[in-house]
Amino acid sequence: MVEENFAYGRSFIHKLDPKIRIIASIVLSFATALCDNLYLAMIYSFISIFLILMAGLNTIDVVKRLKPLFWFLLMIWIILPLTFEGDILYRFYGFKITGQGVVLCIKITIKSISILFLFTALIATMTVASLGNGLHRIHVPDKMVFLVLMTYRYISVIEQEYKRLLRAAKFRGFNPGTNLHSYKTFAYLAGMLFVRASLRAQRVHQAMLCRGFNQKFHTLDDYPPNRLNSIFLMGICGASASLVILEMIWVEI
Amino acid sequence: MHISEGVLSGPVLATGAVFAFAGTGMGLKKIDYDRIVHVAILASAFFVASLIHINIGPASVHLILNGIVGLLLGFAAIPAILTALILQAVFFQYGGLTTLGVNVVVMAVPAVLAHYLFLPMLGKSPTLTFIAGFLAGLFSILFSSILLGLALWFTNQNFFETSLAIITAYIPVMIIEGIVTGFCVTFLLKVYPEIIPKKK
Repeated sequence: MVEENFAYGRSFIHKLDPKIRIIASIVLSFATALCDNLYLAMIYSFISIFLILMAGLNTIDVVKRLKPLFWFLLMIWIILPLTFEGDILYRFYGFKITGQGVVLCIKITIKSISILFLFTALIATMTVASLGNGLHRIHVPDKMVFLVLMTYRYISVIEQEYKRLLRAAKFRGFNPGTNLHSYKTFAYLAGMLFVRASLRAQRVHQAMLCRGFNQKFHTLDDYPPNRLNSIFLMGICGASASLVILEMIWVEI
Repeated sequence: MHISEGVLSGPVLATGAVFAFAGTGMGLKKIDYDRIVHVAILASAFFVASLIHINIGPASVHLILNGIVGLLLGFAAIPAILTALILQAVFFQYGGLTTLGVNVVVMAVPAVLAHYLFLPMLGKSPTLTFIAGFLAGLFSILFSSILLGLALWFTNQNFFETSLAIITAYIPVMIIEGIVTGFCVTFLLKVYPEIIPKKK
């Protein structure tokens, strides 16, 4: 279930230093999120699609990742055009659809999809180990990096525990439904998950101490200096800065 | 419970990021290296618990359980929730980078409050324990959805109806989280009371 599908590839993006990718995605994501101009938002979306293409990812898998976003967008497309105040575009049976509402929906849709594409192209294309490495090198505190790496390491283990518990419950004839018994069973199951997680944490901690854990994780990944890194970062920062300046001038006109 | 990308305004995103940054700093300060493995593995359990789907009639919702995480971890819940959100973004694309701060505030502030409000009530009597757990679960989701609604409302007053719709949609989730958290806390106190932090 928790798989790093996109992390292994041979594209240009995969070769970039994780640190550069993290910084570039932060810069570009915030520039996109703060953009309030429909035309410029479209340019950001072209940039994000271009990055997805450069990373050589499977298009169907990329679109599948938008599923959680889809429900939110569906909700705002239903509510916003009807409730937003502005010029009335269309009227039927007492409902009125406003132009501003529809424009805002289009803007939100374009911006949210662009930001998620950027994230997929730049961050989801690295392993969590590389992400930890990158975070460490942009001076995120050691403890935070440790938490991310350790949590990731144990997700699959805890998930196995969960599946085992659920299997055991099903063997005993548990059939989930809308009733108190089901909720109680799931509550006990979640509780057992926390108990096992806590007990495992004690054992893991002891094992780490036995092996001389000195509060530091060492990385084995090595990213040789590459001129492409700085060119890429400058390109992204340049593009973001020029689009932000363009938007400021645009408003003044 | 995640707010989507591309909706919130700059000031709201910045406020969220600042609060999340400060909270994470405070949380990390409270975790020493003897406890960090515990926090990390509980964060994994929180991540996995959010994959548990529970039926409500024909539909199903997934558990959130930030109430429990808050009860068990206190301030350390903030970095734990941040970690789980980063990994959810990487694997399932629930939210992205710019809303990370707001999402941390939305999920973690109610969790920490639940810790201080309801932890003292635990263990007094079985009924009171269940009620405290129920309230912790219900309150965290209620407060989270209100924070989420406020983030939208501060972005644009026209989002008022959308915010109300979101809070209303979470009412069944609140009740289910309350029931599940209530039973879960009762179970934990019976089976492994050491996991519940000692009252100061």
